[in-house]
Amino acid sequence: MNASVWQSGPLRADLALVAAQIPDASRVLDLGCGSATLLSYLMAERGCSGTGVEIDPDKVLKAIRRGVPIIELDVDRSLSEFSDASYDVCVLSRTIQTIQRPEHVLEEMARIAGLLIVSVPNFGWWGHRLRLLRGRMPMSKELPYSWYDTPNIRHTTLVDLETLFDKLGLTVVKRFTFTEDGRRLRMQGARANLTAGAAVYVLRPGGRPRTS
Amino acid sequence: MHHDPGSVGLVETRSVRLFTADAPLTLASGRTLGPIDVAYETYGTLNADGSNAVVICHALTGDAHAAGWHAGAKGPGWWDNLIGPGKPLDTDRFFVISSNLLGGCMGTTGPSTVNPETGNVYGLDFPLLAIQDFVEVHRALVRHLGVGRLLGVIGGSMGGMQALEWSLRYPDEVANAAIIAASSRLTAQNIAFSAVARRAIMDDPNFAGGHYADTGQSPDIGLSIARMMAHITYLSEDAFTEKFGRAPQNASRRPGFGVDFAVESYLGHQAEVFLERFDALSYLYLSRVMDYFDPFAAHELVARRRPVNYLVVSFDTDWRFSSAHSRRIVRRLESARYPVTFRDITSPWGHDSFLLVIDAYHDTLRAWFDRALEVGV
Repeated sequence: MNASVWQSGPLRADLALVAAQIPDASRVLDLGCGSATLLSYLMAERGCSGTGVEIDPDKVLKAIRRGVPIIELDVDRSLSEFSDASYDVCVLSRTIQTIQRPEHVLEEMARIAGLLIVSVPNFGWWGHRLRLLRGRMPMSKELPYSWYDTPNIRHTTLVDLETLFDKLGLTVVKRFTFTEDGRRLRMQGARANLTAGAAVYVLRPGGRPRTS
Repeated sequence: MHHDPGSVGLVETRSVRLFTADAPLTLASGRTLGPIDVAYETYGTLNADGSNAVVICHALTGDAHAAGWHAGAKGPGWWDNLIGPGKPLDTDRFFVISSNLLGGCMGTTGPSTVNPETGNVYGLDFPLLAIQDFVEVHRALVRHLGVGRLLGVIGGSMGGMQALEWSLRYPDEVANAAIIAASSRLTAQNIAFSAVARRAIMDDPNFAGGHYADTGQSPDIGLSIARMMAHITYLSEDAFTEKFGRAPQNASRRPGFGVDFAVESYLGHQAEVFLERFDALSYLYLSRVMDYFDPFAAHELVARRRPVNYLVVSFDTDWRFSSAHSRRIVRRLESARYPVTFRDITSPWGHDSFLLVIDAYHDTLRAWFDRALEVGV
């Protein structure tokens, strides 16, 4: 058996950016980790340890073969398994749009880890708005599904998401935005909500939750 | 048959004396026991640096004969679908050790063995056992076979308890532990099932206070009832429906108190086969061990530089040791920051699933053991 096929190659650009936010030797919980390419890289190259959570059986099997500890459970219902402050970093990479209870999951992430990394597709991107103006539901490279077969059930714009972060007392330490093609946008402020196809947030819990 | 290229072929159970009256085993209870003979089999070859050894721990009624064929046998060993050339525990690459556990009745010293001090069968004078005692005997066998640190230890049901205990008590001796359909703490319902089984055995007049060897009449009715009831808990309701439904045993119904449904005949057959190979005293002793097992109360889980790598597997229709039991194990190990992988496998067959070929299950074991071998001890 050729072992090299199981080892991590170069990371996808967005994962590389996520990886760059994670300090060496961190303990990382990756929710919706897929076949665990990020964790595999972090463990092999950066001295990290950690656990993945994934529900897709084929991806779970690949993660096991890669030697990444992985828990096959639904992110929506499994986070009570993890104890308070048991991880340094908790990653939710392109997963928030697929889960039933994003608010609950973000709260749980803040309980489990001191640094959160959340990457999302932006429903507010101008191309989506254009499609909606023409009377059609948004579809794009980031969101390539028809409304009836999409795993993405919680669409959010960056502005709406930041409102939720604020409500939960999550402080945005950094925000990276990307074009629909995945190129980095050097854009701050609310205009990114129009121009960005996706974003990566680095968050710290412990800010005061906004009482409503 | 054993010409199948995926089979380890013809095998024999061997025996070795691992403890003697002069150098006995000190049990968890503080009592000593010796001599102890152990029946075991091995499959595959230990590699030059001794880094490919995997120990199989069997469940309540298993034995040393896990794989391959005994001469003239009607079927292969009990975990033959897992162990053999090209199988998940590929004997072309792994050295697999399987033994009958302490207190058993398939060649290893147990309560129906003759106590050399008295010349009589131990009976109820045999000491109470604990999972850790099974582990101590396994360790002695591993040493006897010249193996150092184990690549892995794997077991289902009570076998999983042994794998867990071993990994917690001697974490430097085991690189990987696979705990399948097991429990770290029986519930009242679990204990209740075993209690009824033991009552059936001990209330059988032929039990004779455990001295049935002297009378020549064994408590067959009690042991049959114990087995039939336990067997019901090993399968899911759907599995029984799938196998039997309400099918009649005969061409037409014969209402009455005889065997009229196919499932009744099946249970009777299970009991009959079981009587031929199992001993009532072993059933008492081994089932009781599980009731007291509570390793997370006994072991403090400290941070380790090189922790054991865990695989925990449950089956979604297992109601004997449900997924909740496995998730408790995962939670404890995970909160101690030990690497743990968990899957709840979809299977219609209930607790017995761990003995069956279920693709997702075997694929998981294959991927996990392949990786283990790659990383090494």
